[in-house]
Amino acid sequence: MREVAIVGVSMIKFGRYPDRDFSQLAAQAGLDALKDAGAQMKDIQALYSGNLYATSGSGQRVLQQMGQTGIPVVNVANACATGSTALREAFFAVASGAYDMVMAVGSEQMGKQGLLGSRGDPATSLEGRVGSYMMPAVFGMAGMEHAREYGTQTEHFALASVKNHWHSTMNPLAQYQKESPLDEVMNARMIAYPNTLLMCCPTGDGAAAAVVCSMEKARQFTTQPIKIAASVLTSDPFVDRGLTLPDINTLTRNAAKIAYEQSGIGPEDLSQVELHDCFATAELLHYENLGLCGDGEAGKHVASGAPWIGNKVPAKYQEDVEPFADKTYKPKSKAVVNASGGLLSKGHPLGATGVANVAEIVWHLRGQAGDRQVENSKAGLAHVIGLCSACTIHILTK
Amino acid sequence: MAEKAATAPETRPLVPHLTLGETREQDYLNGSRCKNCNTLYVGPRLFCGKCSAQGPFESVRLASEGEVHVWTIIHQATPYVQAPYIAAIIDLKGGGSVNTNIVGIDPLPENLKFGMKVKMFTEKVSEDREGNSYVAYRFKPA
Ligand SMILES: [Zn+2]
Repeated sequence: MREVAIVGVSMIKFGRYPDRDFSQLAAQAGLDALKDAGAQMKDIQALYSGNLYATSGSGQRVLQQMGQTGIPVVNVANACATGSTALREAFFAVASGAYDMVMAVGSEQMGKQGLLGSRGDPATSLEGRVGSYMMPAVFGMAGMEHAREYGTQTEHFALASVKNHWHSTMNPLAQYQKESPLDEVMNARMIAYPNTLLMCCPTGDGAAAAVVCSMEKARQFTTQPIKIAASVLTSDPFVDRGLTLPDINTLTRNAAKIAYEQSGIGPEDLSQVELHDCFATAELLHYENLGLCGDGEAGKHVASGAPWIGNKVPAKYQEDVEPFADKTYKPKSKAVVNASGGLLSKGHPLGATGVANVAEIVWHLRGQAGDRQVENSKAGLAHVIGLCSACTIHILTK
Repeated sequence: MAEKAATAPETRPLVPHLTLGETREQDYLNGSRCKNCNTLYVGPRLFCGKCSAQGPFESVRLASEGEVHVWTIIHQATPYVQAPYIAAIIDLKGGGSVNTNIVGIDPLPENLKFGMKVKMFTEKVSEDREGNSYVAYRFKPA
């Protein structure tokens, strides 16, 4: 396997595009990524297209918009890890030597249908009659497992929203760029305990793209190629209760272990992480799953300031954080988490998310992340999980 | 699939892991145990996701008593369900875990405890256009 680099990335601002087709959103992202790379459609030898809601042929429809060059197209669907799985396919296509330069694009047009939507005949639907199967229930209960084990309080989870919403004010591409102090998060309308509305990610429309090529080829295009140091995909192994309550932890731990081995980079070496905070509860679980802190320390970790931009809680939120901080706690990793604002603010157009997370890391490694720039970022990790269940981790370095 | 016309309405379990008896008091949760690796599943299985055996499976009757593993309170529900309600994962006595609603208590965090003892009952929850009735299991504090 040869070294693989990313030379171009883009994402369109996530939000609502009722007057656009998903393929137009994707083509916009794809053409922007080409421009960022200084490449053209004729340089792209294959397209890996991630989309969940469009029927088969999504990638071909994207090419109809941005350039029908006749290249092979692979359409990818893998729950919320759809875009990142497309990127992983692009990585392998280049790493194997089959192609020198390819594109991964992720897109989704969700309209107003949120994660709360439920389809099927009302008479035979299980929802609300035999428990709940909606995402808010799954991630509410996943948080409650942490509370059961470690006594984690709702405020600990809510601090992830305070942090990510603050980060989003520095990201013009985020769907929402609005701060929310702790009491506002706690007092927002309850969706599924313990997650309030401000602890749930918004859904919407969006697209992101990445131009992936061999390191050798990358040097023809840029002096700043970003190396894909690890690209990992796992599914959920058999665990007790796993068929009843989806287990979001074990497959993430498995993926992290492989990614750290593959890259030779550990959690203490990471400058930043973009992780799958579809709900505030999930962010804390993944601190531990990714080894940013020890098991049971996630609450202390968020309150320590380590995962906040600048590695400290800004003065205006110190009063919020104080009661939950442990002065003796020493963070294992000082990686800033979700500098983009995370899914909680940036939005979560399912197929686009996994490529957008990687784009965010690329911008920081290049020093192009504007006001939210993580200082001197050297290595970043992008994590995505989809039920049930796929987990991807990409580690990127300068 | 061919539909039979004008058949008498039936009473059906809403999920395959609920076995209906003559009366609602006789209803029970069913499971299957892999004879190769001893893994216990809720509901019927053809293959074993743990050891990959193609069976055989022993059909077992699961307990009606259990303990709350975790719970949540759903405030935003689908239109045909009354919110808020309690959704929970119950670990059944003797093995098996099920997703369920807990009823008989107000859906408030202070009313719920990890490990609290609960007991299953069944009731009709819906009816389709052909007049067939659907029975679901629920749990209430023991
Ligand atoms: Zn088995």
